Amino acid sequence: MTAQQKPLDEGEYNFAYLDEQTKRMIRRAILKGIAVPGYQVPFASREMPMPYGWGTGGVQVTASILGADDCLKVIDQGSDDTTNAVAIRGFFEKTAGVETTFETSKASIIQTRHRIPEKDLREDQIIVFQVPIPEPLRFLEPRETETRKMHALEEYGLMHVKLYEDIAKNGHIATTYAYPVLVNNRYVMDPSPTPKFDNPKIDKMAALQLYGAGREKRIYAIPPYTEVKSLDFEDYPFEVQKFDKPCGLCGAENVYLDEVILDDKGGRMFVCSDSDYCEERREAGHLGPMAADPNAMTLAGGTSDQHSEEPAR
Amino acid sequence: MPVRLYLSHVGKSFTMHLQGGTTIPVVSGVDFSVGEGECVVLGGPSGAGKSSILKMIYGNYRCDQGQILVTVGDEIVNVADSEPRKILQLRKDVIGYVSQFLRVIPRVPAVEVVAEPLILQGADEGKALARARDLLTRLNVPERLWGLPPATFSGGEQQRVNIARGFIAHYPLLLLDEPTASLDAANRAVVVELVAEKKQDGVAMVGILHDQDVRDRISDRIVDVTAFRAEAA
Amino acid sequence: MTDFFSDDPLLQVNGVTRYYGDRIGCRNVSFQLWPGEVLAIVGESGSGKTTLLNCLSTRLAPTAGAIEYRMRDGAMRNLYQLGEAERRLLMRTDWGFVHQNAADGLRMTVSAGANVGERLMAVGDRHYGHIRETATDWLGRVEIEADRIDDDPRSFSGGMRQRLQIARNLVTHPRLVFMDEPTGGLDVSVQARLLDLLRRLVADLGLSVVIVTHDLAVARLLSHRIMVMRHGEVIETGLTDQVLDDPREPYTQLLVSSILQV
Repeated sequence: MTAQQKPLDEGEYNFAYLDEQTKRMIRRAILKGIAVPGYQVPFASREMPMPYGWGTGGVQVTASILGADDCLKVIDQGSDDTTNAVAIRGFFEKTAGVETTFETSKASIIQTRHRIPEKDLREDQIIVFQVPIPEPLRFLEPRETETRKMHALEEYGLMHVKLYEDIAKNGHIATTYAYPVLVNNRYVMDPSPTPKFDNPKIDKMAALQLYGAGREKRIYAIPPYTEVKSLDFEDYPFEVQKFDKPCGLCGAENVYLDEVILDDKGGRMFVCSDSDYCEERREAGHLGPMAADPNAMTLAGGTSDQHSEEPAR
Repeated sequence: MPVRLYLSHVGKSFTMHLQGGTTIPVVSGVDFSVGEGECVVLGGPSGAGKSSILKMIYGNYRCDQGQILVTVGDEIVNVADSEPRKILQLRKDVIGYVSQFLRVIPRVPAVEVVAEPLILQGADEGKALARARDLLTRLNVPERLWGLPPATFSGGEQQRVNIARGFIAHYPLLLLDEPTASLDAANRAVVVELVAEKKQDGVAMVGILHDQDVRDRISDRIVDVTAFRAEAA
Repeated sequence: MTDFFSDDPLLQVNGVTRYYGDRIGCRNVSFQLWPGEVLAIVGESGSGKTTLLNCLSTRLAPTAGAIEYRMRDGAMRNLYQLGEAERRLLMRTDWGFVHQNAADGLRMTVSAGANVGERLMAVGDRHYGHIRETATDWLGRVEIEADRIDDDPRSFSGGMRQRLQIARNLVTHPRLVFMDEPTGGLDVSVQARLLDLLRRLVADLGLSVVIVTHDLAVARLLSHRIMVMRHGEVIETGLTDQVLDDPREPYTQLLVSSILQV
């Protein structure tokens, strides 16, 4: 507390909610994370005005790097208008007054839960991931003292035990999200619960990637153009999900699709999970096979908040 | 006749701590030697210490006094002060022991029990098993038993399996601890033959044999153990 | 048994002492272990045998004394001067540790195959087919049916779990295995089968073993040499059958005379 601090009006928040000292502490953690790609840096996570599991880690990271001239995009499962995205965007509009956008290319900071935009990110962009459980080894080794030691000594055989179990039980590597990766040939990292479809995007990505876990009090990072390898077996190489049809609305192929139930008679369609990408394509005149369907028309204004992935927390 | 085994002033007593530290003297001043191809039988009544002497030579009992010298190639080894692994080495290659009782190892077929010492000495497994079958045949162990673990065999069958096991490998020194006790005449005769063959091979033997007939047929010399009776302390 | 009579010990233990505060865990223990040798540490509960085992296996730092181990390159290294990475690598490749309670040595929530395969993956095997083939082979060697490979050890009986633990330890062909009452808590018939299996594996693989047991029958069947411990100290040591058939110390005589004859 110093006298120089500008007194705040009652009811007024500091820029982006967190006080400046906290932001500095978080920025130090972020810098350390960037310096040691994939290493989980402990930080003094704050209570946020939202429950754990709603992105408190990501929000603290975003709050610490946000500047007045930034343009923020927030997505949840690829969509800008789902509950979590709407709430967090509203939070920063209110506490920071920054510009927000749905457009991937316009945003300077993108906070995300569970997806990476289809469009390639640029060097002048930062993507912030919300992470529920940052420790990829916890599945098999619950002792934190032991997992830290395993990271320190690069003892990562256990990660393959998990993949072995997948193949043994399902005939293939059945892990479809939070698929473990090896960062910069050193640290094994959990890329947050994004579908493994997005794993190739985090390899040598032009944008800076920051990962924040609020409840677990960990921050980690992948600097631009860092090599990120998805773990696999020689005879069971890493593969991304394949969709046998294009997006029903915009006809895009090789993108991540969500299943949308259209009615209670079994009608359904697959649409881009990245709503901004889908919209942009439709504006450019691309049409999918279902675009003319009256049920689909109601979706065209913006995708539904139903997901084939985990339910929103 | 080259000497294979020489016991020099060997003495042994047991201290029974559970009985107020009573010391039971067994033998003292044991002094005899056994040459190549010679079979020495220890004589004397029960309790004279014959079995203890045999067990000391095998390293099974500790030797309190004196030396037990065994010729191993060009070397002379004193069993009395040898390290455990030296004794194990001697048991593998130099000193064999044929006792009445088979220490049954679960789940190992009789034919493998018999062949094991030969295999441990580095013999080809097939040849060792063939030799084992040959010995089991000679000792009248029914063929249907060969593939079974001896745990369920009768006492006599187990004993014959053990005799086969004791005689299969070549040891320059062989200890016979009543191998013929409770054997029938036919099998006693087989043991006598086996001992004779070992003599031919130059094996030095020390035996305890209560059977007068067998003793007369195989012994070259009798050492009377009562001469080594220890005085109570 | 090929190296058994070599002149180079595998493990060289000098004056190992461990205090728990003022209380003695074990005191001034010295011995050598040779390649292929099985050493049994016997004594009643609280005699310090588990403390000693934990000191030897680098799970518990001794208060005083030195433990040297011959690495695969032939060099003797002081175990407590190894770096942690080196020590842990040793523990999961060149060594094994068989716990009394199989759950302490197994991952109970992953399949039998993964339990056996873990060490292979830890040393860099990245071929699923090969890992599985090796795991199948090892399950066979410890007499677990191949079709149980994808089952969790939770569904295994006590004896099977113990056999699985042994397979998991032996898959990297360790040279030294520590065993802490490996047959404890098992039915007599299950014990007999396990002992026989251990006896064969130890002989076939030429393993050196330090086995802690209070069961003298186990010591007789498996070990070449015995160390009798009491109040944290080694009171008698020697060839197994010599110590059991001609025990010298009062306490050893008591132990031997306490065996139930069946």
